[in-house]
Amino acid sequence: MTAVTPRGAKPQKALSPRNIMLYGALIIFSMYYLLPLYVMMVTSLKDMAEIRVGNIFSPPVEVTFQPWVKAWSQACTGINCDGLSRGFWNSIRILIPSLIISVSVAALTGYVLACWRFKGSEVFFGILLMGAFIPYQVLLYPLVIILRELGLFGSLWGLVLVHTVFAMPINVLLFRNYFVALPEELFKAARVDGAGFWGIFFRIVIPMSLPIFVVSGIIQVTGIWNDFLFGVVYTRPENYPMTVQLNNIVNSVQGVKEYNVNMAATMLTGLVPLAVYFFSGRLFVRGIAAGAVKG
Amino acid sequence: MSSARRARDGARPPIRLLRNLSSKLAAIPMVLVGLGVFVGGTIWTIVHSFTDSRLLPRLNWVGFDQYERLWNTRRWLVSIENLAVYGIVSLVLTMCLGFFLAALLDRKIRFEDTFRTIFLYPFALSFIVTGLAWQWILNPEFGIQSIIRGLGFPNFNFDPLYNPDLVIIGLLIAGLWQGTGLIMVIMLAGLRGIDEDIWKATRVDGIPVWKTYIVVIIPMMKPVFVTALVLVTSGIVKLYDLVVAMTSGGPGIASEVPAKYVYDTLFTRQNLGQGFAASTMMLVTVAIILIPWAYMQYREKRQ
Repeated sequence: MTAVTPRGAKPQKALSPRNIMLYGALIIFSMYYLLPLYVMMVTSLKDMAEIRVGNIFSPPVEVTFQPWVKAWSQACTGINCDGLSRGFWNSIRILIPSLIISVSVAALTGYVLACWRFKGSEVFFGILLMGAFIPYQVLLYPLVIILRELGLFGSLWGLVLVHTVFAMPINVLLFRNYFVALPEELFKAARVDGAGFWGIFFRIVIPMSLPIFVVSGIIQVTGIWNDFLFGVVYTRPENYPMTVQLNNIVNSVQGVKEYNVNMAATMLTGLVPLAVYFFSGRLFVRGIAAGAVKG
Repeated sequence: MSSARRARDGARPPIRLLRNLSSKLAAIPMVLVGLGVFVGGTIWTIVHSFTDSRLLPRLNWVGFDQYERLWNTRRWLVSIENLAVYGIVSLVLTMCLGFFLAALLDRKIRFEDTFRTIFLYPFALSFIVTGLAWQWILNPEFGIQSIIRGLGFPNFNFDPLYNPDLVIIGLLIAGLWQGTGLIMVIMLAGLRGIDEDIWKATRVDGIPVWKTYIVVIIPMMKPVFVTALVLVTSGIVKLYDLVVAMTSGGPGIASEVPAKYVYDTLFTRQNLGQGFAASTMMLVTVAIILIPWAYMQYREKRQ
């Protein structure tokens, strides 16, 4: 079998020294990246007796799903012992409104900046982009005050607002860059037909921009789901998102450490963003590459 | 692009006021967030860092007292030192590893998509999940240390999460695992943007591949490197969740970082003025890194 590399002048053997080095390096690095996933998986399928005697890399002798069940419905944080399911549903209740509101606001703002500029709009855009680089710690307390004034501190809607605020810079940039590249003849034709600001937005821009909505949605789903800091600061314990609850379960100092339950809980928390990542594939890559390189 | 922009502007309807109204209404969130939160919030924090606010913010001026106290606090000094060490090592390694992996993937290999998926998936996971997974692998009783001891090296020691001198290494292993995929993707996008003719030319000249990367390709990718650099640094300053999940700042205070100092001071020790001073120092750090970059971007645009 010969693999012809388009760059090489002559055909190469599959087992040439070059290929051995190349694929060897790739496989060694792959092991580093896959190791935690594998270890989490096998640990979560063993019972505690097996964990105490065996090593963390060995596959389970006897597969048990009990740790997963326990992590989902019985694991304790403080006085609550109803498992990670509580955090999961909290995260879902945070995710859905945050996703819808943050993507809508960012899309509309991007549309204004791309198609309906007014005097000063670029200045505001510049200020918004600068915001992307301000460490969150600087704005934590001012936002506590803003939320308290609005009567939203500690509620789910307060957290939704915080996610919308911090999502704006990168997502607005993404939408603006995408809308600027749409063919302008469309806008001219639409205006001749009498479409206005909202008509063009809903009937022309949105239907043409599905990919960028998906990209922005992916960024937001993973970002909101993985958030820890805002969850801790802006919600009360009964509304804690999954990441915060997970950390409280695993790093709690009371009781015997159940490593298998901890690892099952950790995997459960990682499942949503992992699913998004594996199903979106190239769009995920495109999103982060576009957001980063163009920004 | 600018000429297209002008053409589009020219095609706008003549009734300026009405057109601006919808657009301006739609821009309200941007203005509120930009001015109200980002600018207003930053100024508010800086102003209050010069007060003696404790449980509640108040405007009782004490000059630079909070900053003086901050720089005399051991925990803050440890935090800054940790961030510097973690930052520099992580920056160098992320860039090198990211570029190396991207270059490997760019060699027209088979299963490119599979390898890319493997290198990038940790980036989809939160720092909490990352930290807890590595905390388990680095657990001295069950993890790598016990396995290597079991292989016949009873004196082997590797327990970074329990050793104040090594704890940063533990954080680095996990941080690099999570973050290099992103830089690899950005570098790969940069490599794909390089003209095939460059490769043809260097091959005709008989320059070896590794030398081509170092002498020709890397200098051509300067903008990509700068973007990656800015991305990695702004991520490093935010380092918080990973530390909370992996070590909670321990053992002792050996793995404290500034972001955690600010959180703890504001919300658990209720010493607001001190927390604001610390967060202002974080802002200053970011500004020192970013202002030269922003200036460079600005000059490039004008040329």
